[in-house]
Amino acid sequence: MDWNSIYINTAQALFNPVTIAFALAALGLAIHFGFVGLLNFGIAGFMAVGGYGYAISALSFGFPWWASMLTAIAASILFALVLGLPTLQLRGDYLAIVTIASAEIVRLLLVSQAFNSVTGSADGLTGFADDFRSVNPFPEGDYGFGPWSYTENQFWILIVGLIILILSLFVVWRLVNSPWGRVIKGIREDEDAVRALGKNVFGYKLQALMVGGVIAGLGGVIYVLPSSANPMTFITSLTFFVWTALLLGGAATVFGPLLGALIFWVLQAFLGSLLPALAEVGALGAFSSSQAGALRFVIIGILLILIVVFRPQGLVGDKRELTFVR
Amino acid sequence: MDFVATERKPVFRRLVMMAMTFALALSGVALAAPAHADTVGDEYDLQVFGNVKNEGTPLEGVEIIIEGNGYQASVLTDENGQWGIGVPERGTYQITLVEATLPEGVAVLEGGPVQSFDWGFTNNVAYNFFIGEGERTPISTIDQFLMRVFDGLNFGLLLGLAAIGLSLIFGTTALPNFAQGEMVTFGALAALLFVLLGVPLWLAFPAAVALSGGFGWAIDAGVFGQLRRRGVGIVQMMIVSIGLSLSIRYIYQFFVGGGTTQLPGGTGSAEVPLFRTVALSVNDLISMAVSLVVIIAVGWWLLNTKMGKATRAVSDNSSLAAASGIDVERVIRTVWALSGALSGLAGILWAYFRPGLKWDMGEKILLFIFAAGVLGGLGTAFGALVGAIIVGIFIETSALFIPSDLKYVGALVIMIVILLFRPQGILGKKERIG
Repeated sequence: MDWNSIYINTAQALFNPVTIAFALAALGLAIHFGFVGLLNFGIAGFMAVGGYGYAISALSFGFPWWASMLTAIAASILFALVLGLPTLQLRGDYLAIVTIASAEIVRLLLVSQAFNSVTGSADGLTGFADDFRSVNPFPEGDYGFGPWSYTENQFWILIVGLIILILSLFVVWRLVNSPWGRVIKGIREDEDAVRALGKNVFGYKLQALMVGGVIAGLGGVIYVLPSSANPMTFITSLTFFVWTALLLGGAATVFGPLLGALIFWVLQAFLGSLLPALAEVGALGAFSSSQAGALRFVIIGILLILIVVFRPQGLVGDKRELTFVR
Repeated sequence: MDFVATERKPVFRRLVMMAMTFALALSGVALAAPAHADTVGDEYDLQVFGNVKNEGTPLEGVEIIIEGNGYQASVLTDENGQWGIGVPERGTYQITLVEATLPEGVAVLEGGPVQSFDWGFTNNVAYNFFIGEGERTPISTIDQFLMRVFDGLNFGLLLGLAAIGLSLIFGTTALPNFAQGEMVTFGALAALLFVLLGVPLWLAFPAAVALSGGFGWAIDAGVFGQLRRRGVGIVQMMIVSIGLSLSIRYIYQFFVGGGTTQLPGGTGSAEVPLFRTVALSVNDLISMAVSLVVIIAVGWWLLNTKMGKATRAVSDNSSLAAASGIDVERVIRTVWALSGALSGLAGILWAYFRPGLKWDMGEKILLFIFAAGVLGGLGTAFGALVGAIIVGIFIETSALFIPSDLKYVGALVIMIVILLFRPQGILGKKERIG
């Protein structure tokens, strides 16, 4: 068994655009669910809107990278408005069904042949990162050390992703410790009490949906930047994986989402290399390596159940900040 | 049915007033799709491609739709009239040339615009339509509409079985069960298991439904019953059902792999002409009859038996039901078993409707089960049925007016709209859900 390649694969998951994208999406979801208590199961939709917002504005309108980035942010805000204005009045479980359906609607629209010229339908979009790469300050070459080795373009995406992540973490940390943050946490704990204090609950919820949506949308941008935007990535399972990462770290925390995303992807990469390797040397009985690949999702599902039941506050969460009040 | 075999040599037939399209496949030789043709699904190894020409003139922008085995894709021909579609697996596919995208006065001359073909042994298949000047609409719009209504009714009824299951669980435990899709898949897999064990069909299907009932019972006994005893909140339980759905789904994939398997008689069932040009397959007729009988039986059970009345009482107000001496836990366990059995039956019928059985087939209709339940009013069994029939017919008939790959969007949109204007659903009681 090749322990070295298992180690390299696992270590690479630590510093990876996908991990950063997940951390951003989970951070956005932390605002929605952890701090306001909104059961948003449409986080894949926000990521799709952000990623495609970047890709379409770059390809169809020829926007430079910074304008595409702004378009992705604007698209995320717009999606939050379209989603939130009619549905934020709904009770939790109904909101979950509506948001899951909305994300699926976004994906079906992206996959549809009807808008092929703009969205690339089932093939998705590629080649939108050219302008982003043209402002790459790193000269051609290999960067990194040990198991972490990147081309100049991968390294550039990684650096930009990290900058966005750190900025977002700072903004969220400041926000949740501000008067605004106290109000939204109040909404999570007791909506009626906050309303009785004269606060516009609906307005706060909508603002939180937009802030979290923008962060998740930027996660979508980082997700698609390394290669391509493909509608098949923005399936409902993506939402569930982001939820798993969030709950793992701690829903009502600022650094929990980052920790959760790191653990989620390190675990994914580790199991993804270990299980097929075990199957190859026959340690899993008669199972093939593709069967071993299915096993890791079984493990993730069980992990999700165990966290929710036995440690609902997550790894770094505070039990007093009960996020499952309703 | 007009099959184009991959063995067919290139042919070029000249017929008066008719141009023929080129069949590019050579016997046994796997040809790559023309590089410049407009293709979708490049990522798949299996490609079907063709060429749309009228009297030698390539037609651009003609829409070709391929559907089957739970997969759907469509493509527009490029300036050379060429198109290509990649599909994930072998099997029987329905291929449609959208006549509305042909120029005026041009139509598909042989086999109609909707044809079906079987995948051969090569990775690439050339498929061409005979087109030329002629009358369009060999099937009148009204007949087309009626056939879609029947298809939708069939889909709606099987969806209704699963939606009643979902609604009963929601009514008695307030849990939106995201693992309902896996309970649907379970029925089809159990049927496959019994068929592979050599059990005769008349026994295999009831046995599979019974086993699905046991599966529903086991989920409650093993997971949700325990969580209720621990006093775990409903949102947590909902997320548990998501984790459960994920795990169970990949356990299925572990055992059956990623491909599609057919149940006996899944494809090529005979067509029964009803009236004019409307025809339904034997499978469809049996499926509708079975759904109807079972739904009526469940309705009778809910209205007339002691357990059924107790179920409705618990749905209405579980504390009050408990206070009047009803064993709520026992009712809930029974409801889970019933829901498992209904979903399992829906799974078998869904495997014949698609057609084919796949590890994630239940998850594919989960949102429509929810849409049906929400539309009719979650927690009301009869509402779920009404909602399911509306969703089924809406999905199938809307494809006549909107691009067919957007037909599922419509069903989800009406679900959201219903939630905004009549959140309790069509038959639901008015209660605060905001």
